[in-house]
Amino acid sequence: MTAVATSRRASRARVFLRHETILAAMLVVALFGLGLFNDRFLTVDNLLNQGRLMTEIGLIALPMTFVIITGGIDVSVGAIVGLCAIVLGYSWKNLGFPLPLAVVCSLGVGAAAGFANGFIITRIKVPAIITTIATLTLFRGLAEGISQAHSVRGYPDWFYFLGQGDVFGVPTQLLVLLIAIVVFGVALDRTSFGRTLYAIGSNEMAARFSALPVDRVKLAAYTLSGLTSGLSALVLVSRVTTTRSDMGMGYELDAIAAVVLGGTSIFGGSGTIWGTVIGLVMIQLLKNGLALTGVKGDATIMVIGVVLIASVLIASSLQRRRV
Amino acid sequence: MSAIALPGAASARAPFWRRLSSQEMLLAVAIVGLAVIVGLVNPRFLSANNLADLLLGNAYIAVAAIGMSMVIITGNIDISVGALIGVLATLSGSLAVAGAPIAVTWLAPLVLGVAVMGLQGVIVAYVGIPAIVVTLGMLSILRGGLISVTGGKWITDLPDAFHLADIEIFGFIPMPVAIMVVATIVAAVWMRWWPLGRAIYATGGNPEAARLSGVSPHRTLVLVFMLHGFFAGIAALLFATQMRVIQSTTPSGLEFTIITASVVGGVSILGGVGTVVGSTLAAILIAEITSALVFINVSPFWTHAVQGTLILATVIADIERRRRRRAGAVR
Repeated sequence: MTAVATSRRASRARVFLRHETILAAMLVVALFGLGLFNDRFLTVDNLLNQGRLMTEIGLIALPMTFVIITGGIDVSVGAIVGLCAIVLGYSWKNLGFPLPLAVVCSLGVGAAAGFANGFIITRIKVPAIITTIATLTLFRGLAEGISQAHSVRGYPDWFYFLGQGDVFGVPTQLLVLLIAIVVFGVALDRTSFGRTLYAIGSNEMAARFSALPVDRVKLAAYTLSGLTSGLSALVLVSRVTTTRSDMGMGYELDAIAAVVLGGTSIFGGSGTIWGTVIGLVMIQLLKNGLALTGVKGDATIMVIGVVLIASVLIASSLQRRRV
Repeated sequence: MSAIALPGAASARAPFWRRLSSQEMLLAVAIVGLAVIVGLVNPRFLSANNLADLLLGNAYIAVAAIGMSMVIITGNIDISVGALIGVLATLSGSLAVAGAPIAVTWLAPLVLGVAVMGLQGVIVAYVGIPAIVVTLGMLSILRGGLISVTGGKWITDLPDAFHLADIEIFGFIPMPVAIMVVATIVAAVWMRWWPLGRAIYATGGNPEAARLSGVSPHRTLVLVFMLHGFFAGIAALLFATQMRVIQSTTPSGLEFTIITASVVGGVSILGGVGTVVGSTLAAILIAEITSALVFINVSPFWTHAVQGTLILATVIADIERRRRRRAGAVR
């Protein structure tokens, strides 16, 4: 038993070493490459600013790691961001809620949206892909319907602290992201909840027969995904000072790309938060580097698509060789 | 019973009332019923002009849904088709403006559509990467590529001969409607009676069983994706030629409208079940609902919410129905 456990730990450590070392090495090379290419890149200001921009996707990518480890997927996150942003603006401006209450409402709607996804997936047993494709249309549609294409502006100044403020020189939302990374990392690595996520992804049937609370854990993962999408919406609104129904469009792509690039298997059962963080940083560097060399935003989307497919192709060919 | 439910096979034996409750019949009833109800509220909805516009403007969605249905029947999904239709329409329009022969402008989108989808099919089938990931990546490649190449400009000054959609067969059937009907019938017949068509259901129902009965699930999958690309090419042509300009952006969420048509049309997302007659009827129903919203004074901004509800309800109903049938079979 212990022998199996240690050997498994040893082999896992090897896999760790491989994927994360490769990624980290690529990261360092990319950092210096971009630094040589453009002298505006390796400045504290630029790097901190990239951290600011990274948070919105990062907050979504963390629970997305959980979801993908269970063998599921959630493509509705971008739509939840849009819905939460609209709920925030609408309940504050049109319903006259005080802003703190509107913030709570927005987060509540995010969690409820995630819970709805999880409920349909675990109770009605609709595959995660189809559930979240359907709710993507629904949530985005609700955002469009509620807002009627009106944007909301003019939030009080204190609200902008989250998206534009600094704490000891560090962007506020970057601190939020760092705290979230630690919480999600510990939850995945050090709790029975985290172990259950891996167990579900490796073999859901076996996990069920081992009396693990499979449905409850999956439900929690999707609810978390909705909740942090709501948080991401708050950060986004606070940063760009306006709400529109098309906010968060395409975030699912960036988040999934970060998770998959970070070494989480799209088939479930393996992956780490640290990998996702590195994947996240890589994607942000890529965006920033491309932008600094004069590539427009739309071409950047294209590059991320290529990176997503390429990283899955490489990961699957590596896996095949190992087996 | 057999895991591969044969569409139509069950209904041939079923009593009359059972045949009425098939998805296709339900959709047909819904299309007529909705038309009557909305017509009572606002008679202008039933004007010949509106109904013709409705069919003409949405035929391309029905055509694209044929390929999507095949993909979903094999148990896969494709969310890149909306962006692909945008790329193919722009390609075709650019060629026309550049003065290429009309035949080339009509064939090019078909060829490129088959190539792009075939590539995705190969990655899905032979490398074993889930279609959702491959097509999500392709979606952003195509969308990002299109906008950065065209810069969001519209294509204008298209030659008159380019407008496939203007042709009327026998002088009164508009081309898009004719193509929609013919493509649906041909695809339905092919999938129902041709061995290759049956292989699509076999692959989706139970790939291992399909393999053991001499069907290559991999090759079938690639073929299905290529056909899907072909239909996307036709859809792009209809989309490009229906107006005098081509916008470089397709309607937002086009891929989801197409998936909605397939799923609401009775194609089971678990694979192996569904017909393209259903998906075409569903495409018409969705177009009708979207148009009806305007006529009963509901803001068009609610369209996607209605679509999302519709797809969710259909999927849940489909799963529940299967569960009840399975429970019945056990008893």
